[in-house]
Amino acid sequence: MSKFTTSRLPEPWGSVINRDHTISFRFEGKGYQGYEGDTLASALAANGVMLLSRSFKYHRPRGAFTFAGLDANSYVQVGDEPNVLADMLPISAGLSAMGQNYLGSLYRDHAVHAGRLSRFLPVGFYYRAFFRPKGIWPLWERFFRRAAGLGKINCNADEAYFDKQYLFADVAVIGGGPAGLSAALAAARAGANVLLIEEAATLGGSLNYARFQRHRRDVDSLRDSLIGQVEQNDNIRVLVGATCNGWFPDNWLALSRPNRLYKLRAKHVIACTGSVEQAMVFRNNDLPGVLPASGTQRLMRLYGICPGSRAVVATANAEGYDVVLDLLEAGISVQAVIDVNQSAASPELVEQVSTMGVAVHQACTVGEAIPRTGLRSITGVVINKLAESGEATGESWQLDCDLLVTSVGYAPLGQLVCHAGGELIYDDALNSFIVTNVPPDSGLAGSVNHRYALDAVLADGRTAGLDAARALGLNPEADSQIMPDSGAGGINHPYPIYPHRKGKDFVDFDEDQTVADLQNAVADGFEHPELAKRYSTVGMGPSQGRLSSLNALRIVQRVSGDHLAGASVTTQRPPFKPVSFGVLAGRSFEPERLTPMHRWHADNGAVFMPAGMWKRPAYYAGNKDRAATVAEQVAEEVAVIRGNVGVIDVSTLGGIEIRGPDAAEFLNRMYTFAYKKQPVGRARYLLMTDDTGGIVDDGVACRLDDEHFYITTTTTGSDTVYRNMLRRNAEWGLEIDALNVTSTYAGMNIAGPMSRQVMEKIESDMDFSKDAFPYLAVRQGTINGIPVIAMRVGFVGELGYELHVPWTQALAMWKKLIAVGAQFGIRPVGVEAQRVLRLEKGHIIIGQDTDSLTMPRDAALDWAVTSSKPYFIGKPAIGLSETRPQSRLLVGFRLLNSDGPVPEESHLVVRDDAIVGRVTSVAWSEALDEVIGLAYVAPEQAESGANFQIKVSQGLMVAAQTVQTPFYDPENLRQAL
Amino acid sequence: MKIIDCPLNGPRNAQEFICAGEVKQEPSQDAAIDEWADFVFLENNLKGVVHEWWCHVASSYWFVVTRDTATERIIATYRPDEFFASQRQTEGADSE
Repeated sequence: MSKFTTSRLPEPWGSVINRDHTISFRFEGKGYQGYEGDTLASALAANGVMLLSRSFKYHRPRGAFTFAGLDANSYVQVGDEPNVLADMLPISAGLSAMGQNYLGSLYRDHAVHAGRLSRFLPVGFYYRAFFRPKGIWPLWERFFRRAAGLGKINCNADEAYFDKQYLFADVAVIGGGPAGLSAALAAARAGANVLLIEEAATLGGSLNYARFQRHRRDVDSLRDSLIGQVEQNDNIRVLVGATCNGWFPDNWLALSRPNRLYKLRAKHVIACTGSVEQAMVFRNNDLPGVLPASGTQRLMRLYGICPGSRAVVATANAEGYDVVLDLLEAGISVQAVIDVNQSAASPELVEQVSTMGVAVHQACTVGEAIPRTGLRSITGVVINKLAESGEATGESWQLDCDLLVTSVGYAPLGQLVCHAGGELIYDDALNSFIVTNVPPDSGLAGSVNHRYALDAVLADGRTAGLDAARALGLNPEADSQIMPDSGAGGINHPYPIYPHRKGKDFVDFDEDQTVADLQNAVADGFEHPELAKRYSTVGMGPSQGRLSSLNALRIVQRVSGDHLAGASVTTQRPPFKPVSFGVLAGRSFEPERLTPMHRWHADNGAVFMPAGMWKRPAYYAGNKDRAATVAEQVAEEVAVIRGNVGVIDVSTLGGIEIRGPDAAEFLNRMYTFAYKKQPVGRARYLLMTDDTGGIVDDGVACRLDDEHFYITTTTTGSDTVYRNMLRRNAEWGLEIDALNVTSTYAGMNIAGPMSRQVMEKIESDMDFSKDAFPYLAVRQGTINGIPVIAMRVGFVGELGYELHVPWTQALAMWKKLIAVGAQFGIRPVGVEAQRVLRLEKGHIIIGQDTDSLTMPRDAALDWAVTSSKPYFIGKPAIGLSETRPQSRLLVGFRLLNSDGPVPEESHLVVRDDAIVGRVTSVAWSEALDEVIGLAYVAPEQAESGANFQIKVSQGLMVAAQTVQTPFYDPENLRQAL
Repeated sequence: MKIIDCPLNGPRNAQEFICAGEVKQEPSQDAAIDEWADFVFLENNLKGVVHEWWCHVASSYWFVVTRDTATERIIATYRPDEFFASQRQTEGADSE
């Protein structure tokens, strides 16, 4: 497929591959083989395949650039997962990957002609082309929709497993290169608990491939020694293959692996994140076959891959000469060294390579890479002589080569530090960014801190490790020392940008932005780097400007005439690398709360419905009569309570105990009703409003003692009510103690005309007779040996008792009620029937029949408001509202024609085409033989007997009539029996 | 994620807490409608140092956090009684 003659170099090249273990995989449908330890990109390179994907805008052929997962050129699709970094993805048996962003095939992309249209896709065209000529947008839209995005999403992808883990460390060292190893050792030896995080599969970083102007074997032995010391140190935990994707306040770090998100809290962080080599800018600098020095060294040293047969090296620094030595050592012919410096920075290096037969061309540059047809590799380069100004002259010649290595400098990988508040500022002396505003409780070391000479890097790491230890209060014995270092000043070229009149001199590979695009952005008035970024989209691709922002800033500042020194890079945000939604989401948890009778309900045919986090029986389908409809089942349950006796599981109601000398005063302030004179042994309605006077909760208060209340709340309101109580008393300082006992007591409501007979039949020390246990009485005692708080409330409007029982004994009590009640025809009753029963009594459901604007008088609950009290929450708002006309009232209604269409909740009450209210509850009442409900209506419609219209589905109007509530047993005689 | 030093539970992840807004002096029950409307509906949203109600949800513990909304720095946390006592002291000093 390719004309490359790449192949494997002999050992010891290829430090991370295991040549004894061959792995087969597929790319673009074709079978290949690689070794264990290979990444997809390296294994393909070994097979002569450098082309991995097509560029976003012009569909240019692209191959991995850094071979460290730092560029967007290496994105491939693996099954359902798009945008996988081929130079980070280990090959595995059966792996099958595809290139991205092409029409047709990776090798024959029909959209490559977009490149020829580049003059019609000028910078900022997104912001201009949309509008003119009028009506053009739909055409553009179709084009954009097809071109937008990278990779393909499979909406039917199988669910994968993802989870999260929490980690803690005294010191987190991000990056396992020389600085990180050194920092980890220094901190650990001082006694700190260290977590060393490395993105690659192995520790060592640049020690695995760079020369540092030494013999490689010296670097190898230094690496082995450092890694050995780290592995033997019990204070160091090593996490490899994990990317630190975010650095959040107080040293909260997000580390991601393909299926796991680690949340790390560290007392101290040392960022040894290194630096990324920057591209040299010339025509066709983006083609496969053009590689940075570090990428070339990674290919050769880590994976043992011969990157070409005839190389040209363009350099501005000693690292470029290092690569020449590497290439020669590997037996690759080096055609020439193109040194962009006016005079050699290191005459010794020039001398050294010259004696090895390599021609060095001083004060020259690469003006252009010459592509093979199809742009999938290069056949040579055009060399330009440089003028003293540093600009290319017309003097030029060509050199044949299939590999061009460039070495013009680095940019610190300070993006993570920037997540936590750091900034990247351009520094004139270093010709690079420096990281400033390093967050508290953290440090930097290594090339991210512009240290490049190996001794200086190691010393810098040690210093950072010792500083961390001291910050933790440890007393390290060792002393830090600072090593001399030329820093990036000797490495970074100030302006390695050689524009070509025919363009394709790429500054940003992600977004296909060229020198001219940036010049035009400035010419269009977007001079500030932030504006130029947004207008041109430079730095907005997946690699977030790691490989482009340094050169882009240089160009923008030069064109606009602004100072480069002090200029800052645009804002950096997490994640550092693309991360899948699955990793962020983790496992799906849906907590459920179950009552102690849940199992019994399920065994007895209950169909459950959610109530907040709870599951409650909606109704009991039973096993005997499958033919019955839901409505029939519910009607049966309603009839059981109205006619005999039923029992409802009300354990989900919130329960709060209030104790203390100020208990009654506390309730007086929290609720609208009055509790100070509530007798012991009596229950009283509770209505809670907020500061706006809106109803927020209701329940029942049982006074068990002078200084002891047991109160209930709504099912979904208990946590909020309890929290709100504590919040208020934090301010009031009343002498009370409030305890949420929702899960301490289970509740069951036994109701129906025969309920007293059932209670009197069960062994108890309580007297359930009418005189001893009247309506609204509260008693404490035991039933069948089980302690109980029993109360008589009008829950469903029948004679009934509510029993609150310790959670663990509730099931026994429930079973006893069912067993004893059998002879009276007792049945369990679900929420559906409960709602009908309560609606027949006109009882409201907070949150369904009320909203945040419902004040007590709107729901005819003003009887539960004691205005004479000096204080309760919402009192001023309720008082003020009474000086204003009411806009709506909650009333009971019946349908004039119960055989016609039935309204649903939230259907609108309409008068003269204006909305005046809405339906909040509606049900068929067997007892009344008609459809009844609750609705908000205009005040004039609230009189009993008034008619109003409800707009139901399909715009039909249904006539309803206001009815006094309760609908059923208006005198409330049955509950007081 | 920030760490909040809860006076009851010690330093915990911010995720475990909720904020209920600024600590405000409730107007008297018979205060004018404007004063009540201001208290109920309007927040100061100050850029700078504010005192806020925070709750450690798992333990339902309320306390006061003094923090700088511009820098997100948490300056101090107080038990409510401690906070209100110190406020009363300050007010006492002011009125002297």
